[in-house]
Amino acid sequence: MTKSAYRNNLFLTGVVLVLLFFLQFVLPDYHVLMGTRMMVLAVFALGFNALLGYVGLLSLGHAMFFAAGLYGAGLTVYHFGWSLPAAFGFAVLASALLALVIGAVVLRTIRVSFMIVTLMFAQVAYLMVLYFAEWTNGQEGLSLPLSARAVHLFGATLDLSSAITRYNLAFGLLALCLMLLFAYLASARGRVATAIRDNEGRTEMLGFNVFAGKLEMFVLSGAMSGAAGAAYALLFGYIGSTFASFQYSIEALLFTLLGGAGTLLGPLLGVLLMVAMIDKLSELTSAYLLVIGVVLIVVILWFPKGILGTIRERWAPWLL
Amino acid sequence: MALGPYLFLATLEGLVQAAVLCITAAGLSLVFGVMRVVNVAHGEFVMLGAVIAWFAASLVTGHPAIGFAVALVISPVIVGAIAFASERLILKRLDYNPEATIVATIGLLYILQQTVLIVYGPDARPVDPPFYYTIRFPWFGYSSYKLFVIAAAIVIMGAIWFVLQKTKAGLIMRAAQFDRETAQAFGIPVDRVSAFVFAAGAGLAALAGVLVVPIQQAHYLMGADPLLLSFIVVIIGGLGSMSGTVVAAILIGLSDGILSVMFSPTLAKMVSTLLVALVLVFRPNGLFGKAAR
Repeated sequence: MTKSAYRNNLFLTGVVLVLLFFLQFVLPDYHVLMGTRMMVLAVFALGFNALLGYVGLLSLGHAMFFAAGLYGAGLTVYHFGWSLPAAFGFAVLASALLALVIGAVVLRTIRVSFMIVTLMFAQVAYLMVLYFAEWTNGQEGLSLPLSARAVHLFGATLDLSSAITRYNLAFGLLALCLMLLFAYLASARGRVATAIRDNEGRTEMLGFNVFAGKLEMFVLSGAMSGAAGAAYALLFGYIGSTFASFQYSIEALLFTLLGGAGTLLGPLLGVLLMVAMIDKLSELTSAYLLVIGVVLIVVILWFPKGILGTIRERWAPWLL
Repeated sequence: MALGPYLFLATLEGLVQAAVLCITAAGLSLVFGVMRVVNVAHGEFVMLGAVIAWFAASLVTGHPAIGFAVALVISPVIVGAIAFASERLILKRLDYNPEATIVATIGLLYILQQTVLIVYGPDARPVDPPFYYTIRFPWFGYSSYKLFVIAAAIVIMGAIWFVLQKTKAGLIMRAAQFDRETAQAFGIPVDRVSAFVFAAGAGLAALAGVLVVPIQQAHYLMGADPLLLSFIVVIIGGLGSMSGTVVAAILIGLSDGILSVMFSPTLAKMVSTLLVALVLVFRPNGLFGKAAR
């Protein structure tokens, strides 16, 4: 990346973050809540995009990592009464570890077979949630106890029933993940990842360890998705098997494709548009998931590069 | 009930399951074999078939067998037409790119499923079997309709074999499957063949849906299980191989049926999915490895 491109991207990301931060002062309550949800889901999509956009691996099973974070955090809080920061840390570690194990297995496959295998592993994870209903309460799920609605950290207490606190926590996580990904992509290791995406054979011939590069991104992606799941569980105080279902894997894909796979801010844009659209539609009809199907097909037929991908192609080649 | 009869019952249930699975998976296998397209919406075609069967049964008055017979004819035709249209409008434009078609068929899955939710509603509705006769075994009574399903599957699989092996259309399909470019060079309209194969695959799924609906009830979410199971069957059975599909369907149907009766259905599905995922990983030049050229 050239210096000016680096500066442009840094500036754009900064502007978006500042805008997001100040939105909390102007938005009405309901939209603050929705914004919180969007930012948590954006972290999920960011993790998904790390894999699809920068090493070119399309996973159909990322709900598995979201759910690993969700249950990793939720179950330790619910059953063992862990403090929220400990539960969050554990959940991120657990999903990174899961990604390491699953990645070591599924990265032996490529393309279509990679998609099907990740889908199947995610299905196994979903069925596990249902099977261990004694712990997870299956479909119905669990509401976290009232004691888990406050964070005690360094003598300070954060009240999670306050919408503004939740908004800022979600914002913090999103900002952290965006900056982490930005730094990673601008580094030499990030360049290896994109080299794998663009030409795997050539990268290998140049002496880079392709498998290790993929696995590294897979773990990063899984950990980020897990962090999103953990944040979702702790911020909204509810865990349920829906979050492990196929639909959540597809939503991550949808957000990313719509916004633009392989663009840093694409997933965030995709989430904003889709969640707003789904929210509006769900007031009109119970069949609001129809929009998922329509958008998927429209994007894949006419905008395979997504919104920001198309903008990059036409007007802003520096976009990361 | 003693263990012997219990096992016998489980085997019968497994065979019924295998029969329906055979037909569904044959459709998926045909589409994958000829078009190299992984059709994620395949389960929704089963569901559409079942829902259309319910509409047929509720519109046609008189003996349930009449409605059933009508459904057997119109269901595959309507679903085939829908599939044909979506192939022309979507898959063809994507040039059958494997990854893009998966994403597109996921989109199709949601469109079909949610449209049915709007038109048909969220309820599971039963359809009367065409006949009620119960066969009395010494230990339990068993619905003769379920045995009819097994017989029907044998007939349908025989018909598929006949069409593929003994007719000109079958020859064309096999040629397109064997080598697309060469077939094209020999004047076979591979492009049009794809559309018809996609329709035929969907039609088979719809047929399975009609057969299963008197046992299982029609519901807009019923497509998920057939999809997963036929994926498993096609992966185990091997690329586009009909005999492989049949063997795998019987194997999977039987073991799933027996495991579900003996243990929990969830556990059975969990274990089989995991095993198949591992098969796919550690035998990468099996089914899908060849597709990814």
